[in-house]
Amino acid sequence: MNLSAADMSAITLTLQLAAVTTLVLMLIATPLAWWLTHTQTRWRMAVTALVALPLVLPPTVLGFYLLVLLGPKGMIGQWMLAMGLDTLPFTFGGLVVGSVVFSLPFAVQPITNAFAAIGARPLEVAATLRASLWDRFWSVAVPLARPGFITAAVLAFAHTVGEFGVVLMLGGNIPGETRVLSVAIYDHVEAIEYSQAHLLSAGLVVFSFVVLLMLGRHSAQWQRVAT
Amino acid sequence: MNTIEARFRSTLGDFELDAGFSLPARGVSALFGASGSGKTTLLRLIAGLSRAPGSLIVNGEVWQDDRRFIPTHRRALGYVFQEASLFPHLSVRGNLEYGWKRVPAAERRIAFDDVVDWLGLAALLAKAPQQLSGGQRQRVAIGRALLASPRLLLMDEPLSALDSASRAEILPCLEQLHRQLELPIIYVSHALDEVARLADTLLLIEAGKIVYQGPLVDGLTRLDLPLAHRDTASTVIDTAVVSHDPAFQLTHVARQGIAFELPGLHGTPGEPLRVRVAARDVSLTLSPPSQTSILNLLPARILEIADDAPGQVLVRLALEDCVLLSRITRKSAHALGLQPGMAVVAQVKSVAVA
Repeated sequence: MNLSAADMSAITLTLQLAAVTTLVLMLIATPLAWWLTHTQTRWRMAVTALVALPLVLPPTVLGFYLLVLLGPKGMIGQWMLAMGLDTLPFTFGGLVVGSVVFSLPFAVQPITNAFAAIGARPLEVAATLRASLWDRFWSVAVPLARPGFITAAVLAFAHTVGEFGVVLMLGGNIPGETRVLSVAIYDHVEAIEYSQAHLLSAGLVVFSFVVLLMLGRHSAQWQRVAT
Repeated sequence: MNTIEARFRSTLGDFELDAGFSLPARGVSALFGASGSGKTTLLRLIAGLSRAPGSLIVNGEVWQDDRRFIPTHRRALGYVFQEASLFPHLSVRGNLEYGWKRVPAAERRIAFDDVVDWLGLAALLAKAPQQLSGGQRQRVAIGRALLASPRLLLMDEPLSALDSASRAEILPCLEQLHRQLELPIIYVSHALDEVARLADTLLLIEAGKIVYQGPLVDGLTRLDLPLAHRDTASTVIDTAVVSHDPAFQLTHVARQGIAFELPGLHGTPGEPLRVRVAARDVSLTLSPPSQTSILNLLPARILEIADDAPGQVLVRLALEDCVLLSRITRKSAHALGLQPGMAVVAQVKSVAVA
């Protein structure tokens, strides 16, 4: 059985969304994780809890508030209109924003743990060897936190591929623009097209399993190297 | 200009640090004290790894004062931690090159190959830190610090995490470092034997305060200081090897008017050798005995006498330009009528290589 053009487009769109989201997440999560690891402020706990919120909130709640905030009457939406930009809901950009928020803990937590595991000593050693803070970050912290970065990227990617609620609330169901894999599956089921739903669902199951398997193998290898 | 001037005041919880000192920026200065006395805290303040109000001037360069705080990476220092703390993601070569690459070529004061030769690291260069023994790791850490061309080397108990075999392998390297490089070293330790072997200058720290700073021998032997009253109280004398007596397995050493014989064959003639004499191994007599098993009989003059453990006194003696300690019973001191200024003969039962 072959995939329809619509399903292919949903797969491509999903992969694009996951790739862009992962890239944006790494750019946001890395400094955030560094800050969480090294800050002394009492706000640290509050920020940690805030970052973890998407783990426990129903995705529909997140999607709803994002829709309100980003919509033409929301704070961010009005600001974007004032800047002469289009609002984000029901666009690919909107999906990226939603996915980034939704997957934030999956990127921040592994990187934070990896930075914390390095401890202060290697960075102090580097400082006594003439390395500036920026230099220490790139030459010591990033290489030593590598397993954390890989875990973060893989989890963020896989989690974005599997997301549904936020997308539905924020993106609607526009083919080629916001109709991602999980929404396509939902549509097939609604239309009682179980064989197509099976095909896509089984694909997702296999994909997710392979990803987690490779992640496990990678971290086992890394531990052998590190000890 | 060639001094290290420091003063720090800081309260960390219930620990109060109020330490000021002025050191010659040459040779080895031992920062000695019990654990918890603030040695490491002080060393970290000098490195700029911790911050406390104070001032620090090294070779005329202000590293810290009321207005300025030069960050660690812009201080020309080397730091050897208690644990080697090698970068696990770099090879031995990568570790050695880390600081070396970050010093402009024109400012490098030491050649890469010299450090590798001198610390015996050639065979280890391609290895990962995880493949090294504890002693090898610490040698790499010392080399890594030296290759950053420091003008001040800070060492925080670099031998305390090692077994005695590794320690014996590194101590000679440290002695050489001392002789070959014009590099001032601040060496934190709570092991008196390491201090006696390596140091020129002594900083004694107790509960966050410097209680003595000055020449090593005075610090070891002054009767108003704690070290002379330890069980292991001793003095050190820098001598040179004169000759060997293979038949009796003795080494003759000397310095200006003083000569010792010590068991075992050490060094080569002309080589400097620091010897250590324990207070409990020195007894006193008013006239040289005619027949005795003791090889080293030395005319000396009493500098001061102080009470020690119950029933015992410590006598501090001048021996040419050196100092000896003698621990004897109060009864003997009374019987001999010992007084400061008196001439006596010191019978030294045992002299050891420091």
